[in-house]
Amino acid sequence: MSQSGTYYIPHGSRWPIVAAIGLFLFMVGFGNWLNGNDSLGQTVMGLGALTIIGMMVGWFGSVIHESMRGNFNGQVDVSFRMGMMWFIFSEVMFFGAFFGALFYTRMISIPTLGGEGAGALTNQFLWNGFAPAWPSNGPEHIGGAFSTMPPWGIPLLNTLLLLSSSVTITIAHHALRAGHRGRLLVFLGLTVLLGATFLRFQVHEYIEAYTHLNLTLHTGIYGSTFFMLTGFHGLHVTLGTIMLIVIWLRCVRGHFNRDNHFAFEAVAWYWHFVDVVWLCLFLFVYVL
Amino acid sequence: MAHDAALPHDDHAHADPKGFIHRWVMSTNHKDIGTMYLVFSLTMFFIGGLFAMGIRAELFKPGMQLMQPYFFNELTTMHALVMIFGAIMPGFVGLANWMIPMQIGAPDMALPRMNNLSFWILPFAFVLLLSTFFLPGGAPAAGWTMYPPLVLQGGDDVAFMVFSIHLMGISSIMGAINIIATILNMRAPGMDLLKMPLFCWSWLITAFLLLAVMPVLAGAVTMLLTDKFFGTSFFNAGGGGDPVLYQHVFWFFGHPEVYIMILPAFGLISEIIPTFARKPIFGYKAMVYAIACIAFLSFIVWSHHMFTVGLPIGSELFFMYATMLIAVPTGVKVFNWVTTMWRGSMTFETPMLWAIAFVILFTIGGFSGVMMALVPADFQYNQTYFIVAHFHYVLVTGAAFAIIAAVYYWLPKWSGHMYSEFWGKVHFWNSAIWVNVLFFPQHFLGLAGMPRRIPDYNVAFADFNMVSSIGGFLFGATQLVFVGVIIHCVFFSKVRAPAKVWEGAHGLEWTLSSPPPHHSFVTPPVIDNSVLAHGDVMH
Ligand SMILES: [Cu+2]
Repeated sequence: MSQSGTYYIPHGSRWPIVAAIGLFLFMVGFGNWLNGNDSLGQTVMGLGALTIIGMMVGWFGSVIHESMRGNFNGQVDVSFRMGMMWFIFSEVMFFGAFFGALFYTRMISIPTLGGEGAGALTNQFLWNGFAPAWPSNGPEHIGGAFSTMPPWGIPLLNTLLLLSSSVTITIAHHALRAGHRGRLLVFLGLTVLLGATFLRFQVHEYIEAYTHLNLTLHTGIYGSTFFMLTGFHGLHVTLGTIMLIVIWLRCVRGHFNRDNHFAFEAVAWYWHFVDVVWLCLFLFVYVL
Repeated sequence: MAHDAALPHDDHAHADPKGFIHRWVMSTNHKDIGTMYLVFSLTMFFIGGLFAMGIRAELFKPGMQLMQPYFFNELTTMHALVMIFGAIMPGFVGLANWMIPMQIGAPDMALPRMNNLSFWILPFAFVLLLSTFFLPGGAPAAGWTMYPPLVLQGGDDVAFMVFSIHLMGISSIMGAINIIATILNMRAPGMDLLKMPLFCWSWLITAFLLLAVMPVLAGAVTMLLTDKFFGTSFFNAGGGGDPVLYQHVFWFFGHPEVYIMILPAFGLISEIIPTFARKPIFGYKAMVYAIACIAFLSFIVWSHHMFTVGLPIGSELFFMYATMLIAVPTGVKVFNWVTTMWRGSMTFETPMLWAIAFVILFTIGGFSGVMMALVPADFQYNQTYFIVAHFHYVLVTGAAFAIIAAVYYWLPKWSGHMYSEFWGKVHFWNSAIWVNVLFFPQHFLGLAGMPRRIPDYNVAFADFNMVSSIGGFLFGATQLVFVGVIIHCVFFSKVRAPAKVWEGAHGLEWTLSSPPPHHSFVTPPVIDNSVLAHGDVMH
């Protein structure tokens, strides 16, 4: 641990280069797989994934270790907070690209294909008779006839699940600050269960969409936006749930105290972010 | 927190790490990481430059000379991707790494290990990208903008291109987070935001641009990937999507991206000109507000890249006026640089020469930009060499000249030795002359209607193309002088540099020895306003 004067500078670490190699392997493998070199691609991709997981265990492990020894001062804590905050902001922009695609197709590309504005001739000569509507899989009806997921069944349930998980994690946070260890563990554990249940329902919904509704990734622009948005959100819920499990284990081990629990708060922020994205999804993908 | 020497693994902070792997691969030192960024940037500058030499060789004469048209397209595409993501952006990040902690009185970057990861992702990303040359079907060839449906007709390169862009995005986002945390959290007590050097200001704002748009680029290329491999219809009109959607998403990234490549250059020039004019920058606060203003406007002008795709007339007008509005804060900056020099006691060391060339030549690029912002005129300029001339004036004589100026300006500080002023000037004058021979005729070619990204052309364009190619070869060869100057300065120069290298320089970095200690500031420096360029916020 390098401690220079009043500042804290971490010592050198092997994890960044391991992370870079892991990412590289993962992407080389994935690319080969997509290009048809299935077995080679999957092997390299798997190796990359294992390297990334090992890196995360090692890197976070060493940071936790350093934190437990009290190496981090208030300034480091603020840097961590800023890091997490602006990381979440970049995630918001990432989702923004896909929401932008959804709004653009609903408000501009589908009406234009239907002959609105500058699209009159396109409609008349290329796709005469295509009437703009949403949901749509386009004038060529790519993927064939399909139906959409009714919002007031599983999606509504999932909304309630995520909303209550936001409440439970807040209760857990208050319990942590008040020093109620039992309540902290119960409510954080509840949050994990709610997240896992959400994922279980999401999987069920995907199976339902593929087997009964003929709603797939190939279902024109509706299927594309539906699965891209809910899929990336689901991926984030998965990551968030794993993070919650790690935090729960750390609470069991007594890693946090009422003043010093940045990791807990970072995961809580992330979880609220995932929750807000879901609310937008529920509104714009399912209801409207 | 007290220094606890009893801790295990306690290596002493001030000793240089031993061994190549420890020092470079596992680094947590902002100077070493900055050096790696800069060396990487220079390497990519030459690889991208090699592609440019291939392009100019093919265009030396009309008719097909050296290569198949498809390979020519690979060269134009890869030249742009390598120069933008490999040379210019890492060059600025390298300068940020070296200078921001020293300028704000910090020991290092806020998150040093993440800093190391940001760098080390890049060599892997570019191995991935450059390896596509050896794949069946070759490298990406649809232009750096990667427009569908053309780009989706590529071969095995598409997946690797998309993934390398993802990697570069991850690297940039982490770099941006680090710079924000460093500037907002690591400033020495008394270093108020409005006392910071303008280079720090320009990077603070650039970092927010990066955070806002790199994820959007990642989203755009992800949709390309799923359209090609997973059967989605984002950019397929038959399925209800739209290729123009890609252009909107891409240019929502792409226009702020051009400011990501020029705002730090503004910051650098605002450091160098006051030093050699021996006057504080004219209108410090106006410079800060102008950068912020340009950054804001950069989010609402993207469709000026799409004037000919068939947008409604109302949106064309909006984007035209919004684009022209950017000329106002940019004009403020140019005016303030000129006014800083006005009646200054100027000397013309190499960094100053590059900075003055920047002001003049970047302004030419800015003017041609305003011409293209006019919708009716743009219908003529679109997809011609006029565009090529414009963005090379802002990116080569703008961004690249600023990076080179900064390297000359701080190289004595970094290495502890003076570079050769004679060879620096040889480098400058040859670059300044040949870059204009290279790019200025391209304005005329474009106005006469020569299309870009085409390996053959009408014989009517022959003379200007030959002139441009000769300028290109000589400009390229001149850059070898730069490598010579750097190697000489770092390894062979006998002239020691003092702490304050330039007589008129201000700022905390000049209070440190040359080269600076391993950790820049071990304890927070006591800020003496007279040392700072902007200690007195009144101006
Ligand atoms: Cu633009």
